[in-house]
Amino acid sequence: MNAVVDARATLAVWKFASCDGCQLSLLDCEAELLALAGVVNIAHFTEMSRASVAGPYDISLVEGSITTPDDVERILEVRANSRMLISIGACATSGGIQALRNFARAGSYANVVYAHPEYLATLDESTPIAAHVRVDYELHGCPVDRSQLLEVLVATLVGRRPVITGHSVCQECKSRSTVCLLVSRSVPCLGPVTRAGCGALCPSLDRGCFGCFGPSESANVSSLAQRLRSLGTSDAELTRLLQTFNAAAPAFRDEAVRVASTAVTLDQSPRRAEGGDRS
Amino acid sequence: MSHGSKSVRTISAEGLARVEGEGSLRVRVHDGLVTDVALEIFEPPRYFEALLLGRHFSEAPDITARICGICPVAYQMSACLAMEDACGVDVGERISALRRLLYCGEWIQSHALHVYLLHAPDFLGCADAVELAERDASTVQRGLDLKRVGNMIIEAVGGRSIHPVNVRVGGFYRAPDPSAIARLFEPLRRARDAALATVSWVSGFEFPEVEGQYRFVALRSPGRYAIDDGRPGSSGGLDLSPAQFSDLVVEEHVERSTALQATLGGNDHYLTGPLARYALNASMLPDVAREAARAAGLGDVCVNPFKSIIVRAVELVFACDEALRLVEAYEPPAAPSVDVAPRASVGTGATEAPRGLLLHQYEIDAEGTILRARIVPPTSQNQLTIEDDLRRVVEGGLELDDDDLQWRCEQAVRNHDPCISCAAHFLDLSVVRS
Repeated sequence: MNAVVDARATLAVWKFASCDGCQLSLLDCEAELLALAGVVNIAHFTEMSRASVAGPYDISLVEGSITTPDDVERILEVRANSRMLISIGACATSGGIQALRNFARAGSYANVVYAHPEYLATLDESTPIAAHVRVDYELHGCPVDRSQLLEVLVATLVGRRPVITGHSVCQECKSRSTVCLLVSRSVPCLGPVTRAGCGALCPSLDRGCFGCFGPSESANVSSLAQRLRSLGTSDAELTRLLQTFNAAAPAFRDEAVRVASTAVTLDQSPRRAEGGDRS
Repeated sequence: MSHGSKSVRTISAEGLARVEGEGSLRVRVHDGLVTDVALEIFEPPRYFEALLLGRHFSEAPDITARICGICPVAYQMSACLAMEDACGVDVGERISALRRLLYCGEWIQSHALHVYLLHAPDFLGCADAVELAERDASTVQRGLDLKRVGNMIIEAVGGRSIHPVNVRVGGFYRAPDPSAIARLFEPLRRARDAALATVSWVSGFEFPEVEGQYRFVALRSPGRYAIDDGRPGSSGGLDLSPAQFSDLVVEEHVERSTALQATLGGNDHYLTGPLARYALNASMLPDVAREAARAAGLGDVCVNPFKSIIVRAVELVFACDEALRLVEAYEPPAAPSVDVAPRASVGTGATEAPRGLLLHQYEIDAEGTILRARIVPPTSQNQLTIEDDLRRVVEGGLELDDDDLQWRCEQAVRNHDPCISCAAHFLDLSVVRS
């Protein structure tokens, strides 16, 4: 893959609907950034440079979700110009927090925020990059983990598979000897169904996992939901837990829909006459 | 893109770089007069004020953090203050001190990023910090090291640097161990020295002669340089509660922008951020920061927007010094958070994000369900003033060739460290001369 003149691989960073946090992870590699810039040619990275080298690019990192008709076109161009396309973060891999609009009535969100929704050109749904183009690798997290990002870059540069596991946060708690919050204190925790990668940060701070890395591989979300219910977690709480930064990831989305359909039945009983959360 | 007649001269750049988010800039010049300037913001809207409706009040800090990966702490802090205001809760001194320490971490992180990676390359004729590092690697590395110390603070208090996980309405999930805070002391001492070196470095840059006319708005807090609390005040003498300020700020939706544009009372545009804070609160700076400012040639007020880089460097000195003070005085709170029981109410919270005042207001019901949300980010408030700056910069720079004028314009936008992701948002520039 080495070129003749500049032997370095070219790297491009693209932004779609997002908070900039995942691309900031690259600039947060304070110890490695200048070394990285020595081995790859950072050819397009608007947040960092006003210079831009035309494609094609060896590696494209894509942050953000697709939410506008223009961006549907733009991601096709990015794909066509990229040898390897890696989507980074919850927005790019599942649609992000803005995918909550997927559950709302079409157009209702724009009316809340903007006086003139007719000035806007947006889609009714926020969708991940893989819904539009072929993606070579997905790195999860809201935000992505800096070390995992470097691992993906290094692995891609040398042409091997990144060493990133798909197991759950539970295993990270075990390996750092954090006492299980769910078992010992009945704290609602998505750790059993959430992808590892953060180092089980929240449980180490006495906080239940809130799923910011999205569902782990073969997550049994229904089983966890049942367990949480038996510990007293309300349907409203369960729905909220599942519907944050990875609300549209299929495993979380489907279970939230299941909870909501049960909640409708429960809502009709006198016990739940007060109604619940509408999120 | 509207082109004029025969003698039209067009400058355009597809994408203003080194800002957070996406927007464009359009300038029209006719017979040497700037007839139209528009900062256009095209960041896809993400509808935060809508998706917050129906959520639980305890979720606002984590959800609104996702508005901006560069200043998540600011969002978390303003959200917490607003919810605590709604619920009539005071978290007490120790939790407040820990929040201020966390916030100092974000100021250091964000200001070091802006000064070294986003803004300084403009003054030195470099496309980016990587090119700058080819000439002067140790200076760029000093900036990165400074940035790292900011992130170390956020990690020690907040759990991780981007979208911290330890913040909750009422305080924190877990108070850091004193040993973890004490470990910040030495790195912070080095960082304060690096910040002082930053002030001397940037004060040696060449600055275009431009004087802005600003209505400054910043929080003021008795006896200290406001970060994490205070009352909105202005250079015109306003002194308001955050709720009164919220009533005064009018936001308009214009066709060229997915960010709402703010004015005071529908007329007066204003500026928040480092220049405003310095103008209103410089007397509250610690001696080390005031002396650095004086040595750098800053007066009591700085109205050259290009010199905002010096003010940001002075604020870096302040944030390091303040963090050192807080680290030395750290005692864990009796409990990491206070209980916050929801009640039907409206609450307002205002704090100083690195790039300016950030206002949140929520209406919640007795169960804590969010019924209404209002978020006024710094860049929405600064947008009209940035356009005003641009007009002045173009008028003063007509002798420049197109490439240089374009660069100057980009720089004039970067002077205010706009966070277009916050304001909803991308910049591509076109100048039409006729």
